[in-house]
Amino acid sequence: MTVGLEHYLVVSVMLFALGLTGVIVRRSVLVIYMSLELMLNAANLALVAFSRFTNNLDGQVFVFFVITVAAAEVSVGLALIVALYRKRQAAHVEDLRTLKL
Amino acid sequence: MHPELLLWIVLFLPLGAAVLITLFTQRNRELSAAISIGAVVAGFVLSLIFRAWVGWQPEVRESAVTWLSVGSFQVDFGLRFDPLSLAMLLLVTGVASVIHIYSWGYMKEDRSLPRYFAGLSLFTFSMLGIVLASNFLQLFIFWELVGVSSYVLIGFWFERPAAADAGKKAFITNRLGDFGFLLGILLVWTHLGSLNFTVLQENFTADPQALGTLATAAGLLIFCGAMGKSAQFPLHVWLPDAMEGPTPVSALIHAATMVAAGVYMLCRVSFLINAPALEIIAWIGGITALLSAVIGIQQNDIKRILAYSTLSQLGYMVMAVGLHGPTPAMYHLTTHAFFKALLFLGAGSVILGLHHEQDIWKMGGLRKKMPVTFWTFIVGTLALAGLPPFSGFYSKDSILALAAEHNSGLLIVGVIVAALTPFYMFRLVCVAFLGEPKSDAAGHAHESPQGMLWPLRILATLSIVGGFIGIEQLYGSQFHTLPLEPSPSFLQELIAPFVHAPMAAVSGLVAALVGLAAAWALYARATEDPLPARLGALSRWMRDRFYFDELYEATVIRLHDFIATIAAWIDRWIISGVAVRGTHGTVELVGRALRLIQTGSLQTYAFLFAIGVALVLYLALK
Repeated sequence: MTVGLEHYLVVSVMLFALGLTGVIVRRSVLVIYMSLELMLNAANLALVAFSRFTNNLDGQVFVFFVITVAAAEVSVGLALIVALYRKRQAAHVEDLRTLKL
Repeated sequence: MHPELLLWIVLFLPLGAAVLITLFTQRNRELSAAISIGAVVAGFVLSLIFRAWVGWQPEVRESAVTWLSVGSFQVDFGLRFDPLSLAMLLLVTGVASVIHIYSWGYMKEDRSLPRYFAGLSLFTFSMLGIVLASNFLQLFIFWELVGVSSYVLIGFWFERPAAADAGKKAFITNRLGDFGFLLGILLVWTHLGSLNFTVLQENFTADPQALGTLATAAGLLIFCGAMGKSAQFPLHVWLPDAMEGPTPVSALIHAATMVAAGVYMLCRVSFLINAPALEIIAWIGGITALLSAVIGIQQNDIKRILAYSTLSQLGYMVMAVGLHGPTPAMYHLTTHAFFKALLFLGAGSVILGLHHEQDIWKMGGLRKKMPVTFWTFIVGTLALAGLPPFSGFYSKDSILALAAEHNSGLLIVGVIVAALTPFYMFRLVCVAFLGEPKSDAAGHAHESPQGMLWPLRILATLSIVGGFIGIEQLYGSQFHTLPLEPSPSFLQELIAPFVHAPMAAVSGLVAALVGLAAAWALYARATEDPLPARLGALSRWMRDRFYFDELYEATVIRLHDFIATIAAWIDRWIISGVAVRGTHGTVELVGRALRLIQTGSLQTYAFLFAIGVALVLYLALK
């Protein structure tokens, strides 16, 4: 059988759903963070797939940008998590409830 | 240069002085006093120059700038000069000048002297505004300003609760009358279409029925204003209490400003008031005159006796207006201004000499210790009592003659008052100045400084000659087309009343002599008042002012408190409770409900966010 656009998109959706589930149910901030990356890459996969199947390079260019920005975001995000841990001695979301009154 | 420019300067000089003192010279006592005195004396001099320049009958009778115009409705800020306003202008600036100068001696020790002089200047400015006003609206504004400045000055010693209350009482009582006055002005404006006195008079002459059935109401409503300012029954209660102010202020209020404003305004617009309204006005004047003369008999405070005598004399003036005689009213107002200012300043001199003792039964024997005060006071008393050849006799006689001509009931009232006036005044003189000193303070009394005695001498001179200097002819030229002819010689001028209206003159004179004799018989050697023993309950009623204050307390003030309680209840429960708290409560309740959504858990937010995105996608792609 030939691998078509639908297959790629299904994989992308599954990855995205996995990431979302991870963000919602996992308690460790670090794992939530990894799940977020998973969601980003699911989107990347979809973009690349569209690019390939429509013979348009725009999608791939877009993906490069996403990867670059994601790399920068990872460094900032990890730094934030480390700083948070130093301040609170905790890396679990239940402990981060200061937004509530 | 236009001569009317002078009048603009005269009007605004005292205002400038008040502003200058309030803003810049609060700390400098001498400078503040000098500015205030200088402004009003300069005003007097400029008024004299204006008078010399244009005469009593200036050709241009108005000088105005447009102040505001709304559609076809236009209000001017203008000055009106005719014999009436010019004479009044000279009277106000002249008497106010004398009182200002006197004040410097009287108030020298007071620590708030600059505030005092600022108030005095503001008062003078307001009164000049009333005198020169060319339309009703302007008159009303200055009318209110007089009320405000009287509040400031009567409550000058506001640390004393009595003074603060008296200021409040004067202002509120005046406002009560002014409410009617404003309604009257509006009524006149809607029917005659203008506020300007000249235009009003033209329109009214062209169509005397313009006010229709409301003519009487309009006249009485306008009179309400005068009733408040000139302290006529039943709004007379504020004037005796106003004695809480410094004595020169009392002199100013009683002589040149404030109470004169009511009578002046009535004379200014007397053409608007129809006969039935005038009848009522005359009777109110008569009642006021009689009532306050009777009350004055049993007062023991030197200033209160004078206050009730002012009320009584104002009653005369209002009665004269009501009897179709603005000329005698203004005549009496002018002479009364001279001798009443004199009497108040004399009383001030006594009060100062006795270290703020005001009870006449603690005075006595002041004739030797304060000769100048005594003799000038005697002149004022004789003038007030209406004995010839003092000015009061002539002006009072012109009113009695008017009453004899129009209304014999009021003539009787007038003659009775003419007998009561010398009675209470000579009671005051006998007890306070004659006999032996009745207290230590009186024994050690001393004459006042020259700065206070010269105003007394000036006013005493005016009180003596006020009957012969053509004041009546002057006012006559305003109100009659044919001016009254002055008598050819001085001697004829002297006996003129006996020639014109012998009945009124003789009865007035006899009444005055009877009153004088009675006072002499009762009080010449009295050490305590013999009247309470003889009159019993009546004397107590007189002393307690016929319980008018208590009556008002029980009726008007109770009713007012009742309405206020209801208003407070509505404010607290309906407006504040339902409207304000209701809105606030609803918002808070919604807020509390919505706050439950705010869990603080990141993952709940993420979940809700995901659901939201899914929902939007579903709706967008459907």
